[in-house]
Order: sequence, then C-alpha cells, then structure tokens
Amino acid sequence: MKINVLAFGIAKDIFGGSSINVELPEQGTTGNLKQSLESSYPLLKQLASYMVAVNNEYAQDENILSERDEVAIIPPVSGG
Amino acid sequence: MNTQIEISDKPLDIQSCIDWVMSPQSGGIDVFIGTVRDATKDKAVIRLEFEAYKPMALKEMNRIAKQVFAKWTVQKLLIHHRTGVLQVGEVPVIIAVSCAHRDAAFEACRYVIDTLKQTVPIWKKEIFEDGEVWVAAHP
Repeated sequence: MKINVLAFGIAKDIFGGSSINVELPEQGTTGNLKQSLESSYPLLKQLASYMVAVNNEYAQDENILSERDEVAIIPPVSGG
Repeated sequence: MNTQIEISDKPLDIQSCIDWVMSPQSGGIDVFIGTVRDATKDKAVIRLEFEAYKPMALKEMNRIAKQVFAKWTVQKLLIHHRTGVLQVGEVPVIIAVSCAHRDAAFEACRYVIDTLKQTVPIWKKEIFEDGEVWVAAHP
C-alpha cells in the first residue's frame, strides 16, 4: 500500500518537500514506516526525537496503518 | 468548558484576548504573552518563522484545555498562537485564564504554556545573520 506522509519543520527539509509517498506492505505499522523512512532518510536518526501522527493523534509503533490514514512526521516541537 | 483556541497568521491582539476572558465570576486573570527575543545563547536572532500542523495543533490545544478544566476551577481559557514570519518583539503566543481565585489562574496558565511547548505540533525556525536552525530539532 502507498502511504502519503506529511512533513513539518525540519522533516520537510530532510524529505525535500512537504509530503512524500512511502510503499509499505499491507498491515504495515507505524514502526515499519519509521524503519523505511530512516533507511531512505538517515538524517531522521540524528534528530533529538520524532513522532508519527496518525489522523491527528500521536501514534505508537504497533499502530497498523491504512492508505486512508492521514500520516505526519512530527519532529521535536518548539512552539510558544 | 469556555474556551477560545486559535491559530492565525495575523498579528495577535493582546487587549481583545484579555477582554474575552473577562467574566463577572472571575476574581483574576492570568496572562502569558510570548515574545520574540533578539538572541539565543548570545547569538543575534534576526527573526523567527513559525509553522503549525494546524488541525492536529488545534486538537492538542483542545486536549490541554480539557486537562485544565479537569484540574482547576477555571471560568475561561484562551490560547492564541501565531504562525508565519515574526520580527523581534512580536508576539507568537497568548494564554489567558480567568478564575475565581488567583492560585488557580497562575497554575493553569503556566500548565498551558509548559504543556503547549511539549506537545503541540508547532515549530519555530531561528534566522541568524549567517544561517538558520529549527529550534530543538537536534540534541
């Protein structure tokens, strides 16, 4: 399945755009997505941390993704 | 739960925020106003750029508001955050809380800004004379 991943902050710089498509096996998880992204974009591993948001909620690694999900990479936040 | 939570690319209006939280049941209002500082670790900052993942940021701010109303007796809570390019001295965030008693207002206001900085998906980039950096991105 193809997952569209939104990027914000420094993740946008790392991906070279505000969204990218990632191919994952059916029943792929948030953790699988992170592994795939980290192998394509090793700079992600240099961040202090980052989270994946699914449908506007922070998601755990075992969360199963579907093509309909709105998925975003959330690098360390710094609002305020 | 009486809240006003907004993210806008327009300048924030401090007085209208204070006016909105005023209520006859309140004995006090606590306001936090974030301002753009001219330096980070002795390095001159030219301007800041704020970016938000707006739908999720609003959702997280609403989550904070729910926690505040569960923990303290609050009349009204306002959170306004700005996005886009901000010059030194401009205001990226205003938190205003009205309560019957001041202890709750002080505590709730501090809780909102501290939690916002940890959980709400908004990012700031500092622009220096010789480069730029996304704040907190790297250890």
